[in-house]
Amino acid sequence: MKTIFKSLLALTIVSTILSSCGNGGDKGKQGALSGSAAEKVYVAPGEHDEFYAFVSGGFSGQLAVYGLPSGRLFKVIPVFSVDAEKAYGFNEETKPMLNTSHGFIPWDDSHHPDISQTAGELDGRWVFINGNNTPRIAKIDLTTFETTEIIEIPNSAGNHSSSFVTENTEYVVAGTRFSVPYPQRDMPIKEYKGNFKGALTFISVDPKDGTMDIKFQIMMPGFNYDLSHPGRGKSHGWFFFTTYNTEEANSLLEVNASQNDKDFIAAINWKKIEEYVNNGGGTKAPTNYAHNVYSDETHSATSTMKKEILIVNPSDVPGAIYFLPTPKSPHGCDVDPTGEYIIGNGKLAAELTAHSFTKMLAAIEGKKFDGEAYGIPILKYEDILGGVVKQPGLGPLHTEFDGKGYAYTTFFISSEVVKWKLGTWEVIDRKPTYYSVGHLMIPGGNSRKPFGKYVLAMNKITKDRYIPTGPEVTQSAQLYDITGEKMELLLDFPTIGEPHYAAGIPAELIKERSKKIYKLEENKHKYVVKTEAESKVVRTGNEVHIYMTMIRSHFSPDNIEGVQVGDKVYFHVTNLEQDYDVPHGIAMIGAQTSELLIMPGQTETFVWEPKQVGVWPFYCTDFCSALHQEMQGYVRVSPKGSNVPVTYTLDGDAIGAE
Amino acid sequence: MKKINLTFALLAVSALFIVSCNGGEKKQTSETTATEVVKTGLGQSAVKDTVSAANVLQVAQSLDDFKTLVVAVKAAGVEDALVNTGPLTVFAPVNAAFDKLPAGTVEDLLKPENKSKLAMILKNHVAPANYPDTQLSKEAKKGRKLYMASGNYLVVEEKEDGIYVGGTKILKTVQVSNGWIHVIDNLLLPTE
Repeated sequence: MKTIFKSLLALTIVSTILSSCGNGGDKGKQGALSGSAAEKVYVAPGEHDEFYAFVSGGFSGQLAVYGLPSGRLFKVIPVFSVDAEKAYGFNEETKPMLNTSHGFIPWDDSHHPDISQTAGELDGRWVFINGNNTPRIAKIDLTTFETTEIIEIPNSAGNHSSSFVTENTEYVVAGTRFSVPYPQRDMPIKEYKGNFKGALTFISVDPKDGTMDIKFQIMMPGFNYDLSHPGRGKSHGWFFFTTYNTEEANSLLEVNASQNDKDFIAAINWKKIEEYVNNGGGTKAPTNYAHNVYSDETHSATSTMKKEILIVNPSDVPGAIYFLPTPKSPHGCDVDPTGEYIIGNGKLAAELTAHSFTKMLAAIEGKKFDGEAYGIPILKYEDILGGVVKQPGLGPLHTEFDGKGYAYTTFFISSEVVKWKLGTWEVIDRKPTYYSVGHLMIPGGNSRKPFGKYVLAMNKITKDRYIPTGPEVTQSAQLYDITGEKMELLLDFPTIGEPHYAAGIPAELIKERSKKIYKLEENKHKYVVKTEAESKVVRTGNEVHIYMTMIRSHFSPDNIEGVQVGDKVYFHVTNLEQDYDVPHGIAMIGAQTSELLIMPGQTETFVWEPKQVGVWPFYCTDFCSALHQEMQGYVRVSPKGSNVPVTYTLDGDAIGAE
Repeated sequence: MKKINLTFALLAVSALFIVSCNGGEKKQTSETTATEVVKTGLGQSAVKDTVSAANVLQVAQSLDDFKTLVVAVKAAGVEDALVNTGPLTVFAPVNAAFDKLPAGTVEDLLKPENKSKLAMILKNHVAPANYPDTQLSKEAKKGRKLYMASGNYLVVEEKEDGIYVGGTKILKTVQVSNGWIHVIDNLLLPTE
């Protein structure tokens, strides 16, 4: 009897626990409260988001990492702009990353992140992003979440139709928005027509380590190349670029570049051009551009100036390039997951155009051309048209896909996201955005395999959406649930800079590979010291090199004498920690640079040029430990020519002394 | 001892239920043993990390010599403190040190009602500081005492056969990710 009572009691307890879980241990948010938007975006303390969203910072020049559905910001990865917080562009190791043919450029305008793919699906190895202003493409390593490579794009300006990858990341592609004289020269602007060229650059990506190298550059007519996307599946091997200003205007473009009823999507058979180039085609031309590479072993970047580029003239490769007429200055150029439809988002057009890849091939086969432009055949609009979405909204910009047969297009002027069906071209749903949406993003939404659970709309105008912060207000992203027939607005969240575009990926594809520490034994920095006993100070002329270590909770050495006014003092600082999430920082009074923020096992360097005699402190800037406030030191600065010898100590003893 | 095992088993079972509430996909096997730290929903000692160098708790758990110490640490509920960024210097008594106590003392200390008393004893073995053996020699030479997490001060002496802390000899020193472990074979009981 007693036993039975006991088991009954146990059963009661178990069932109580079970029922308190909601659906038998399933996530509560999918239970009875699933109607609540708050429930859908709530990620409980300690739980992880389902997706990473890499949201470009636009005019901030950086790339921000958010979690979806929560909209929480996890990291701002410095890419094209200096970042004092992380010493990017301030320490000696990363300054070369921002080198260009124009010298050190501390800022850019980052636009279109795109995650590397294998067989048309996101592989989560790298994310690429373009710098618009001083044309560059950067690569971010998704194990360290650091920018590890930047390549400058010569003969280009306003590097906008970039940085999209082909189906196996064979190439990352960069198209010029502004055509420029080729070669660059001193010439009258009004002689634009015929003299200015638009370069489309194909950068090969090493399948093993991701190293970028410009394979060839196609010198196209002087239009504006706006956006692009690769073919996929059946259209793999092709790349599509929207153009505007086929009028080749050079002033008041808002009027003069809106004259033609149709501009073009340029369809490029890159496989054909690759074959041509591999067989010795193209012309080697002199150039000058920077290729900057950061090494996780030396924890340092190098910048190399490249002096030669391979130019391909379109008329030399017949059958490789065609123009697809597309209404009214098309902006976004998006290819559906099957690779059949190429969507031209004519930003001034009253309808949305879907070209059919199959029909395009048939028209090429049948040589049904409607004339040519600069030797490039123009196909007939009616021959290649797959379908038209009629009266979908005002000012279409971009389209992404959910992988279930639906497309989602943003409309800037009517501030909305519109869901429509591929094939039937009917509008299914429309939801307002707040306000004036630009890009939108579905994780994997421009690949063969979209993860069609959420769409993120990135708005250009915020106005009254948040508590105000003076004339400048944050820009805003909005998250919609797209699992049902109708979209549901779940969340607004603020972003850094301009959330120009984003790339999303399931967290599980990346997070297990995320690096925790750098192995100290693998550190090949020129000025590394791997034990406290090796830390030292070396004077060479007026340069003083401090080989310093840091560990909880002190620097070694922490008392340094013999430095003089006018010296150039290099602090080469190694974090000896081998423990996850124990960075140390260092800052020196009067140093005309930023702090250093040094990850475990890493070495970084800053330069200090003391200008005043005295004893000056330095300290740890990252709250590292219980004794963080004790982590400090002093440098004695003597007048120039002083006979105070160089000494360096810890706890009153010379370093290395037992 | 039997009672203690039972407590751990119950803890493990309830932890399983908590886990299954947190996220359906993170299914834990029922193999969870008393010595294994349940990985989800707990403090910092539950962080999964096979890359970083081992911390105080991980090193102690990996060595049979510290079996009693580890049981005591868990009974006192101080395991999260031992994985903290610290820095920590731990004077770690081997099993034999506990055996030197009068019969029944350890069992008594492990009782839930003696949790704070046990924690106080353990805290007397931890200095919130970075003291490698070389630094301890210096402390001895300069006559500086060690301030322990219990609030007590311990004397460091350097004798011919080695370094002594609180009157007991340091047998071995191990660097860990969040500080140092110095092995001893006597308990450092707090004076009050």
